[in-house]
Amino acid sequence: MSLAIQTELKEKAATPAEGLVDKVTVRHLNFYYGQYRALADINVNLYLNKVTAFIGPSGCGKSTLLRIINRIYDLYPNQRADGEVLLDGTNVLSPKQDLNLLRAKVGMVFQKPTPFPMTIYDNIAFGVRLYEQLPKADLDARVEDSLRRGALWDEVKDKLDASGLSLSGGQQQRLCIARTVAIRPEVILLDEPCSALDPISTAKIEELIDVLKRDYTIAIVTHNMQQAARTSDYTAFMYLGELVEFDNTTQIFTNPRMERTQDYITGRFG
Amino acid sequence: MDTHEHIVRSYEEELSALNNKIAKMGGLAEQVLGQSIDALEGRDPDLAAATIQQDEAIDELEKEIEEQAIVMIARRQPLAYDLRQIMAALRISTDLERIGDLGKNIAKRALAVVGEQQPKQLMLGLKHMGELALGQLKEVLDAYIERDADRALKVWYRDEDIDAMYNSLFRELLTYMMEDPRNIGLCTHLLFGAKNIERIGDHATNIAETVYFLVHGNTITDQRPKSDTTSSTPVPLRSAG
Repeated sequence: MSLAIQTELKEKAATPAEGLVDKVTVRHLNFYYGQYRALADINVNLYLNKVTAFIGPSGCGKSTLLRIINRIYDLYPNQRADGEVLLDGTNVLSPKQDLNLLRAKVGMVFQKPTPFPMTIYDNIAFGVRLYEQLPKADLDARVEDSLRRGALWDEVKDKLDASGLSLSGGQQQRLCIARTVAIRPEVILLDEPCSALDPISTAKIEELIDVLKRDYTIAIVTHNMQQAARTSDYTAFMYLGELVEFDNTTQIFTNPRMERTQDYITGRFG
Repeated sequence: MDTHEHIVRSYEEELSALNNKIAKMGGLAEQVLGQSIDALEGRDPDLAAATIQQDEAIDELEKEIEEQAIVMIARRQPLAYDLRQIMAALRISTDLERIGDLGKNIAKRALAVVGEQQPKQLMLGLKHMGELALGQLKEVLDAYIERDADRALKVWYRDEDIDAMYNSLFRELLTYMMEDPRNIGLCTHLLFGAKNIERIGDHATNIAETVYFLVHGNTITDQRPKSDTTSSTPVPLRSAG
């Protein structure tokens, strides 16, 4: 790969195209597990109200990158990041960043559905109660709104007192998404949200992502190439801790610039 | 285009098979075209009849290619270069099938004029035009096999030469027909024959565009040089006597 193309791609990742607004800007990000550098000089943008997919082979650093955006890695010792991750221009890696507020603004959904061992109602209300003092009627309304946004309301409206754990896998995952949107985040990070789900649940969540992006900025890590192609507006291909290519999804999946990207998406990785 | 092999070998084999079918279909189309020109020039009805039969094999291959392409799209959900390969195979097979039909039609014309006196000058013109078209077809099919976009681009530009030959043949045939109405039957068949060759040239150009797209992932942006002016060539009326 020529230095000229490399530089051009890095600059492209750094400069938003026409009509796009930077919501999250990652600049010269390096990440270390102890002495091991897992991410090397990452520069990428999440655009406002767009879905950005992160693809790449196992161990390439895509989930690591996601976990930096809401500083979930802070929960673990021996992990550190340097560089900048700007959310609306403010660097969230700064030691002055309030982590709870950050994680209220940047929600996360994991591969394995993680409903709380509470009622469906309380699953949603729990987070809201941490940040807001709402009268019962308003809280009820917030729970309903969130479950509607999670495309779950019709299925659970008559059993809000049932345990969250009594739902099917696909429903639990939608519950987790509803729980995330309940506290009015601005960014939603999805880490392989459909890997554990059947095709119909997957389709429902893909439809949900399409609707959610009108109001939120979304990042999705996925192993499913076709899912990335279907759901995202922009795609970043990562390999061995580096960002190899970042472009609009159509370009990446019909005519990628880098041979390594093409090798990966067509199953030629050797 | 230099690419690594697929991890799933059967995918690689399927793409190879598709490639080979196009190559085979191309070879048959070249044969049909070459033979039909020979049959026309050599006034050889047996060759003409055999050539007409051969078009069936070309039609059969088009069906096979279409079926395989559809199954591959459903099963493999191809992306990027793989997707372009499959789309290219579909498009090229359509062009080759048309070339086969046009060649068959030329052979039919050969059968129709076999008994007639054929003016040497006209037949030479037709043969030359046919050889040009055959050359274009061979070149563009090589470009496809080699995945050589530059070679394909050269074919694309050279279509002008065939158009120019067709223009002049058209005028010559008109003149012949005006000089002696007894020539009209023969010349009409030759005119259709020439038109078919010109269309084969156009299909070769289509294939060139597809090869370029296959290699680069975008279409040729230049304006294609078109110089077939026969549709606007006036027929001069001669006064009686």
